[in-house]
Parts: sequence; structure tokens; C-alpha cells
Amino acid sequence: MSEPTPIDQPVLELRNVHTHYGPVHVLKEVSLEIRPGQIVCLLGGNASGKTTTLKTILGMVSPTSGEVVIGGRIVNGLPTAEIVKLGVSMVPENRRLFNRMTVKENLEIGAYLRSGDTSEDLDRILKLFPVLEQRLTQRAGTLSGGEQQMVAVGRALMAQPKLLLMDEPSMGLAPILVTQNFEIIQQINQAGTTVLMVEQNARLALSIADYGYVLQTGRIVLNDTAQKLATNPEMRRAYLGEVD
Amino acid sequence: MTLTTREARKTLRWSVIAGLVMVFTSAVGMMESFDDRLIIYPVLSLGYLMLFWIVPLAGFQATHLPRLEGIEPPGKGLSNVLIGALTGLGAGVILAVFVVVADRFDLREVFVSISPRLVRLLTFEDTLPGGLLATVLIPTLLGTAGGAFHLLRDNLGRRLVLALEWVLVVAILEGVVAQILRQIRLDALGERIYTQRALEWFAAVALFLAILPIPASRTGTNQVERIRQRLFSIDPAQRIRNSVVSAVVILVFLILLPQLLGSLLSEVLANVGLFLIMGLGLNIVVGLAGMLDLGYVAFFAVGAYTVAVLTSSLSPRFAPELSWWLALPVALLVSALSGVMIGTPVIRMRGDYLAIVTLGFGEIIRILFLSDWLSPIFGGAQGILDIPGIPLGVTRVSGISPESILYFAFAFVLIAAWVSWSLQHSRIGRAWNALREDETVAAAMGVNTVRAKLDAFIVGAILAGGAGALFAAKLGSVFPSSFELLVSIIILVVVIVGGMGNIVGVAVGAVVLIGILGGPNVPGLMAEFAEFKLLIYGALLIFMMLRRPEGLIPARARYRELHADEADQDAWLDKSIHPIQSRPSSSETTAEPDC
Repeated sequence: MSEPTPIDQPVLELRNVHTHYGPVHVLKEVSLEIRPGQIVCLLGGNASGKTTTLKTILGMVSPTSGEVVIGGRIVNGLPTAEIVKLGVSMVPENRRLFNRMTVKENLEIGAYLRSGDTSEDLDRILKLFPVLEQRLTQRAGTLSGGEQQMVAVGRALMAQPKLLLMDEPSMGLAPILVTQNFEIIQQINQAGTTVLMVEQNARLALSIADYGYVLQTGRIVLNDTAQKLATNPEMRRAYLGEVD
Repeated sequence: MTLTTREARKTLRWSVIAGLVMVFTSAVGMMESFDDRLIIYPVLSLGYLMLFWIVPLAGFQATHLPRLEGIEPPGKGLSNVLIGALTGLGAGVILAVFVVVADRFDLREVFVSISPRLVRLLTFEDTLPGGLLATVLIPTLLGTAGGAFHLLRDNLGRRLVLALEWVLVVAILEGVVAQILRQIRLDALGERIYTQRALEWFAAVALFLAILPIPASRTGTNQVERIRQRLFSIDPAQRIRNSVVSAVVILVFLILLPQLLGSLLSEVLANVGLFLIMGLGLNIVVGLAGMLDLGYVAFFAVGAYTVAVLTSSLSPRFAPELSWWLALPVALLVSALSGVMIGTPVIRMRGDYLAIVTLGFGEIIRILFLSDWLSPIFGGAQGILDIPGIPLGVTRVSGISPESILYFAFAFVLIAAWVSWSLQHSRIGRAWNALREDETVAAAMGVNTVRAKLDAFIVGAILAGGAGALFAAKLGSVFPSSFELLVSIIILVVVIVGGMGNIVGVAVGAVVLIGILGGPNVPGLMAEFAEFKLLIYGALLIFMMLRRPEGLIPARARYRELHADEADQDAWLDKSIHPIQSRPSSSETTAEPDC
């Protein structure tokens, strides 16, 4: 009876995850849970372990203890490719496109693990980002920052992910592009993709998220619904830059 | 007429460059040892060509200004000639100073090549009057010619250069041309135009005049790109038909070629083939997957030794005396295994570290073959002799008839090219591309990076192993000294100079470097260069890194990366310069209302 139905089953769960870089203890007892259809944001200052959390989820570093559970399956120690196969894709920090390859080649790499025809996905991405249509044969490195962000998101979506990890989507973008970007994240989410977003811009992230976690030197110090976090006095003082 | 500071600085710079190149060429002995080889009878020897080629180029460069958008190109006139002359004069003075020093002081203890004969050659003692004056005057004239080149209309200039290039090629590659003439039964012509291996001056003039009217087209990367675009714009059915036709033509050509070339040239071309196969393999590892492997020769050695052990009757311990055809798959398999063995431990390293470690592994393999410990199996420094060649029906193909080996080389090259082409355009090719660009992100896209890198290593190892198998059959014996570090480096140079990541580029690199200059232990067409081969390799590599880092025939991605700004600028210029040129007509139209 208490068995969770597939709908309720978290897309991703971290259970008491500890991660070390060499002897350095980076993540300390991190637990979080993301349910289908949510936008969850992971907030925190510099060097608080946000990116390491993403790397741990993707298997690029393996946790020293604790469990990473994706879709009900413990994935600790699996190679990244296997984890990507389970439906997790990432938009890396600073976009990190394959600069010398064309936009189209970049997008195609996103669908690397999927066999068969991917032209339908390409059409879907181009519908989401019509600007990229004329850019397909252009070298990705020559695009503007905003367009590069679109390619990075498109590349991740080509894999038809269940869970999209976004590392600092607002970094290095003009304010208007940041707003646009967050609208797109919402759009993607409404189309059925669960999103885990790592962000420094707490106010903006909380405005679209359902739930938030706050990391501080590798430890989760706060977690609550986005609305409550946005009004939490401690949160407001530390991360939203407000002095009451 | 006065020079601006900028012009003066440029003049000085180029005259120093030209002067020092001439001094260097003389001091290392190139001038003297190449003087024995006349190329245009009786006026020009290879030595003087090697000495003076830089001067007209410097004269040209000293007045060369890049085309800048928005700035009218400066007028060309007497100043170009003057600057060219000054550049040549400066270079000549530097050379003259060198001659005086070499004449007065005995430098032979340090510079063995600075001999009295060199001084005589540099002052034209036996040929021209004037002594030192000639040493100064001839560069001045050449520099003037280089500067005056700017005054020619573009098209005429290009045609002159083309004609001159052809004359020099026909003169320098006397061996090839004479051989081809002999094979097509035109010996009489060959004997008439060549004297003492040099082109007769009247033949040179005739050839020059014959080529001059041929319109020369602009060459260069733009041209390559244009051809590529034209190829891809043809509709697919037509393209398939075209490629079938060209495949047949190429095949017929390849079948006829060895007969046409005769054994000496076939030998050279077979060596080109061997290096080309390895170049294609290394191109996959370095050019596509982006792993700098400096121990690539190890796989070549493994392939060669496997065939040697399996086929030779003199193999010390284990001599099954298999047929080459049975030994070949074993050699490929063993190479692949050694690829896994060397690849697995080093695969997690990146960049420089990978290069150092593979370099070490390459040397270890060679030293193992050389070692006393393994000499009961591999023969140590004595190597393995009496490798029987490739049985083919009733005959046996080996290095004794280079023509037939050349057919095998062709076949191997075609297979290697096909393999690298199809891999490059497959899923794994895309993974390699991504891997080279950004390993971390490639992993995040689901590319199994360890697996993909290992695949590249294995494919590279198999191709080198195949080349090794052919090498063993061709040479009839294998020695550890054939597999020195230098081989790895030369293959890498072939790939870099030709154009990393591009199959045609690697082919061009192999033909130019191995075919013309010659590889390690392998003579090229210009056997004269033997001693100075590595010097020329080094100079070429430095020049390429500075001026054309993408290689002779670049892969598109590399060209885009290295010349993105220029490509953008070119696109800009193509659009914006033409309107400037047609401005007179537009100014006429705007002027009309005033009238």
C-alpha cells in the first residue's frame, strides 16, 4: 500500500550523499528529492558545492557514500553515459558548446545516445528557438551569447530528457536574455520535463521554481517551497540581499 | 623620394631575414653540397637556387601591404622597386660581410662547411667578374625583381610565377621526368633536354614561354572550399555518376601508374603509400579524437615484427613460416591488442601528458625488440631476415619488384582512406569530434569517452599494423632501427603539414614530404636533400605553424577555428570591396543633377 505510485516516485533523489575531491570533503550529507514535473532550484554562493552536486548526479564524480537514485534505480558508480541513457541531460555552466562544430552538429551530438531518426527532435527544437533555423550551418562559436544559450538548451533537449540539469543558466547573459531564458525553462517544464537548476540569482530562480534547496559549504541548510523560501527572513538576508 | 619609417623598418627587417637565411644556408653547407647538382644547364645550380630563393621573396614581401577594408590600396610605383632593391642590397651586404669574415678568419674548426670553395662560390670567382661586388649585386638585382613584381598586373604576375615554378619542377625532378619519358619511349627527347641531370637552358626558356600564356587561377584555401561547395551543390544522382566515373578513371590511372613510373619511382611512391597509411591512422588518433600520440611507430613495429616472426624461415625461436596472407590478419589483431594494451593505461590522460607517456611507450616497444632478453624471439639488433614477401599465384611479390609492391600499397591506402572516411562520418566520428572539442561536455552528452578514445587508438593501431605488415614484406627483413622515434615524429609532421583531420590533406602531406624530401631511412625524389632532410622538415614545420597552422589542405573545422576572423573579413571584403571598385559609375549618377 505504501509503495509509491510511478507518478509520485521522485525523478531524482539524493540520499545522504557525501562527495570528496581527493581528501577535500565537498558535499556533506546532501539529500534532496525532485518529483515529476517540478522545477527545483539549488541555491548557494560560490564554492558551496552546487556544481559538484550536478556532477555527482551525472556520475562525473562518484559519491563517497550515500545514494543517487534516478527513477527508482540506484546509479552510484555508473558511468556518465549510462546515467544520460536514463534520461538526464545537462546544460553546462557557461554553455560550453562545441565551438568549432556547426550548430546542427552540436544539436546532433545531443541526441548521440538515441539511435534512429532525430530530425523530428530537430524540428521541435527549431520550433522552440526559431532563430536557430538560419544558424544551423554556422559555427557555434560565432553565435551571440543568447543564441549560444539556445543551442546549449536545444542540445540537451535533443536527448528527450526526463530530467534537465541546468548549471547557472543566467551566467554571462544580458538581463533581458536572462528573463527570456527563464521563460524558456518554464516552457520546457510545462512540456513535461522536470528541471533541476543551479543558480546564483536566487530571486529569479525562486520566481519560477516550485521548490528550493540552499547549499552552504557543501551542506543543505534550508529547503522549502519556493514561495516560503522567498519570504524566509534568513534567506532574504543571506541570499536576496535585503536588509530588514 | 623618401621612405616612411614603416617602410624603412620593413625593408631592414626583410633584408636581415634574407641575408641571414643566405648566411645560414651557406654555413650549414647546403650551398656547397648542392652546387654539384646543376638544375638549368649551364647557368643555375641547386646550390645557388637554395641560396638565393629567399631574396626575391623578401623584396616582394618588403613592399607587400595587406588589403585593408576602407583604406584605398596605396599606389604602386617606383617605390616598390626601390624598396625591393634596398632589401636585396641589404641582404647582399650581409652575405658579403659573411664572405669577408669567412675569407679572413679560419672558421672551419667550428663551422666545418665554411671552406675556401664556399668563398669562391659566393664570390662567383669561377663564373663572374667583380668578386665581392657580384656577391652584393646579384641579391640587389633579385630583390629589385621581387619589388618590381608588384608593378605587374595580378594575372601576369601569377602566370610568371606559375611558369617559373614549372620550369624549376621539371628541372629539379629530372629523374622523374626523364624516367617517364623513357617509359613512353621518348628517350630522344629526354636526352635532348637534359644534360648532366640539368635542364638545358633553351629547353627551360621554351618551357617557360609555353606555360606563360596559360591563365593561372588563384589557388589556396578559398579555392579548395569553392571546389568543395561546387561538388556538394551538384544533385545527388549526378554526384554518384560523377564519382563512379572518377573512381574508374582513378583506378585505371593507378593500374597504369607503376608501369609508367618504373621501379625507382615506384619504390618512392610505395614508401609514400606506407607513410600515408600510417598518416591516415594517426590522423584518426590526433586529428579526429584529439589525442597527441608520439609513440605511434610502436604499432607499425608490432605489425612488421608479427609478420616477420610468422613468415620468415629465419625467425629465431618460433618460425611457422606461414603465408603472408595468413600472417596479415594475425598482425592486424596483434596490433589492435597492443593498441588496447598501450591505450588502456594512458587513455585518461590529456594533452601534453598523453604525448609524453605515449612517447615513452613507443620507445619501450622498440627497446623490447632490440633487447637481449627478447632477442631469442625477435633477433635483437640483428633483426629478422628472409621474410619471403607476398605469395600471389605462382609469383611472389616483394621489394625486389617495387611496381608490384606499389599495387599493394595502393590497395592498402584505398582501404585505409575508406575506413577513415566512413568512420569520420559515422556516429563514432561525431563522438570523436565532440571529444576533441570538450571532453567533459562530450561525456555529459552520453559519449563514453574512455571507449571512444580506445576505439580511436585501436583503429590507429590496426592501420599502422597493416602498414607494418606491408613494410616487412617489402623490405624482406625487419630491424629495430627501422622503428625509431623519428618515424612517429615524421608521421605527425606529415599529418600536421598536410592538414590535420583531413584525408586529402594527409595524402598531400605524405606526397610532399615523403615523396619529395624522403622519410626516415627512405629516399625521396630529391635524394640531394638527404643530409638536410630534417633541417628542411623543421623549417617547414615552423613555417606552417606560423603561417598556415591548418595545413596545406585543411579540414574545414580547423580552418574555421584558426582563421575565423580572416574568413569573416574575407566575406566582408567580397561584399564591400566590389562596390568601392564600381564607385566611379555611381558617382557619375550622383553627379548628374548638378549638371
